[in-house]
Amino acid sequence: MTASLLQARSLTLIRGERSLFQALSFVVQPGEAFILRGPNGVGKTSLLRVLAGLSRADAGGVFLNNVEVTLLSAAHRAATLYVGHANALKDEFSAEENLTDQLALDAIVSSRETRLDALRRVGLLTRRHVAARKLSQGQKRRIGIARLMLSDRPVWLLDEPTNALDQEGVALLLQTVDQHLAAGGGAVIATHLALPLQSPARELTMQEIVAEAAQVAMVAKQ
Amino acid sequence: MSAVLPTPDLLLIPERGLWVAAARDVKLAMRSKGELAQALVFFVIVVSLFPLAIGPETALLKRIAPGVVWVCALLSVLLTLPRMFQQDYIDGTLEQLVLSRYPLPLLCAGKMAAHWLTTGLPLAAVAPILGLQFGLDSRELAVVVAGLLLGTPVLTMLGAVGAALTLGVRGGSILMALLVLPLYIPVLIFGAGAVESTMAGLDAAANLSLLAAMALSGVVGVPFAVAFAVKISLD
Repeated sequence: MTASLLQARSLTLIRGERSLFQALSFVVQPGEAFILRGPNGVGKTSLLRVLAGLSRADAGGVFLNNVEVTLLSAAHRAATLYVGHANALKDEFSAEENLTDQLALDAIVSSRETRLDALRRVGLLTRRHVAARKLSQGQKRRIGIARLMLSDRPVWLLDEPTNALDQEGVALLLQTVDQHLAAGGGAVIATHLALPLQSPARELTMQEIVAEAAQVAMVAKQ
Repeated sequence: MSAVLPTPDLLLIPERGLWVAAARDVKLAMRSKGELAQALVFFVIVVSLFPLAIGPETALLKRIAPGVVWVCALLSVLLTLPRMFQQDYIDGTLEQLVLSRYPLPLLCAGKMAAHWLTTGLPLAAVAPILGLQFGLDSRELAVVVAGLLLGTPVLTMLGAVGAALTLGVRGGSILMALLVLPLYIPVLIFGAGAVESTMAGLDAAANLSLLAAMALSGVVGVPFAVAFAVKISLD
């Protein structure tokens, strides 16, 4: 059996009358990124939420290291990091406080030096005392990148991580993801942009399921 | 195997989750002191309206004091309930709480503890001053405070269930009030009953014990109910 970090087996999700995906299966190997593409509303976010355990699939299962996980079990939560559209930042807290609190919630032990270093690398060191409400959208996303840098989760689930980021921010994100993959982690990333990652990446283009027979097309690309 | 590994389970102290969530919410409440003061000021003003409206009829004021204080405490707590989960729901923090490595019931317990520290505790602290307006004596005031100290945690816990269940529902705050207020009735009865029995020269211990029993059983069960409700509203 090949080493697989994350595996989706025959996932089906039905929302109302519509099925967003049917019998969707894929494997994410250690060191590999899995890019989700497709038009708005096709179910990329829903798929990520299922993988994270926030939503329950109507059929199928999620496997970590070839073992089926109970959604939101301790093992599942310990292995995955989900970054959604919302930044999970508190407007009243400064950039540094937000990062510290997020890491505390992630149960990651970090020294102040490592946190400041991460803030420096995302270019927020001088603005670390500024309340999050006064930061730009891109700067808020950068706090998220700092969180990724210090994360210990093997599987990253990123929903439109490039949103609101400038070119330099996107480069920073790519570099952070590449480092994570080089260390043997895996990532599932929903995006509309071309992500020129150094690490191997496969793509899945999701299409709207019009009829019963229609299926999600899989485009393998190196 | 991958080189990226989560911190081993042995190093994770689940109980820390309680502290992490509580400390965060208390700190947050301290940052928006205006919001924090609202419920307290509401409590003080509404309770004070009664002596003003009824006039200096000491016997009547004293007779209605337990009920007035408790109804107002109930409504003040109700006002603060949306604060517990609403903002976290909107800004994505709630998702991260659910996905945190700390057990969700413990995180919810932490949030409830923070809510009580910033709502119930201040109410109990100002109650004696308000009680003076109604001519309560020191023994009766002590029972008011004891009752509020035991009863407001129950209000927080029952309210947390309602707040979590109505997350993301349109018109959720009215629905929440309709859901939660009937559940508050036992607390109201025993809380006011404790003061009334003291006034009648009886022992308040029975009523206070019942409040304590509700608080204790709540501590054991409610965090799980709230955690479950939070997960449902996110799906």
